[in-house]
Amino acid sequence: MNCAGVIRRVSSYIDGDLEATIIEEIELHLKTCRDCTVLVQQTKLTVNLYYDSDLVDYPVEVQARLHQTLRRKICKDQN
Amino acid sequence: MAVYCATLIVHSIQPGLLASLAKAPTLSSSNPHRLPSNVVREDEHLLVTAAKAGDTAAFEELVNRYERKIFRLTMNITRNHEDAEDAMQDAFMKAYSHLDRFHEESRFYTWLVRIAANEALMRLRKRRPNQFSLDEPIESEDDFVPQQIEDWGPSPEQRFAQTEMRDILRGVIEELPPDFRVVFLLRDVEGLSTEETAETVGISEAAVKSRLLRGRLKLRQKLDRHFRQDGKH
Repeated sequence: MNCAGVIRRVSSYIDGDLEATIIEEIELHLKTCRDCTVLVQQTKLTVNLYYDSDLVDYPVEVQARLHQTLRRKICKDQN
Repeated sequence: MAVYCATLIVHSIQPGLLASLAKAPTLSSSNPHRLPSNVVREDEHLLVTAAKAGDTAAFEELVNRYERKIFRLTMNITRNHEDAEDAMQDAFMKAYSHLDRFHEESRFYTWLVRIAANEALMRLRKRRPNQFSLDEPIESEDDFVPQQIEDWGPSPEQRFAQTEMRDILRGVIEELPPDFRVVFLLRDVEGLSTEETAETVGISEAAVKSRLLRGRLKLRQKLDRHFRQDGKH
């Protein structure tokens, strides 16, 4: 497999979503290709950094409005 | 929290249920502290069962548990504060109204994420009709092959302060085109499966995989500007 082949499959490779023979081919390539090895590592790190990351502030006034809206709906449904 | 519904407090709590749960803030609480966001609480099934039986306190607990994450999702998809808040409110209202349609084939959180993502996508498509498509973006070979691969050095997580890292991650994902951003958010931030992401967005699983690949590669490329050790930005 060449570099383009690895790059095309890097996402599925990280997810373990490839057949064993393809994984073997990729890993054989990685043994001798520093660029692809770094690319795979960095792509994995990218995914890990974003997983469940808390990038957005949740303002208290937004929370208060949600609770108020839900309470109104629940009360309306119950009465 | 001025508006109260007496019946909500007095009649709805099933004896023993909430006592069996870990102490957590509720809708009635002024405590803004969050639960750990990545913990799948084993009591979710109990809460859902109780909420479906009309226990509004159990539903409150589910809201408290996930509201922050749902706002994160709607905000990340819409990139518009007003739309994000509306989408979140509508998502929780729909979840409450349609609890009887939730048959627990997935986690409650996954079901909620799908409702919220739909609400957010609807608003994104309305506001920016040409920026989010159901069609597969045209790919060329060049899109996949990075020009240059530079080492990021030992753990960027340790080189940057937490707030600086947060700013970098936030800034970089905002630059991602909506087609890729939405798939990346659902798969890699919220943890939906490929199948669930495909159903939520309304595209094929192959398209999800393709967009995810390109989204991840683009994010890596953009992060490279910040993380590479040679200092060239």
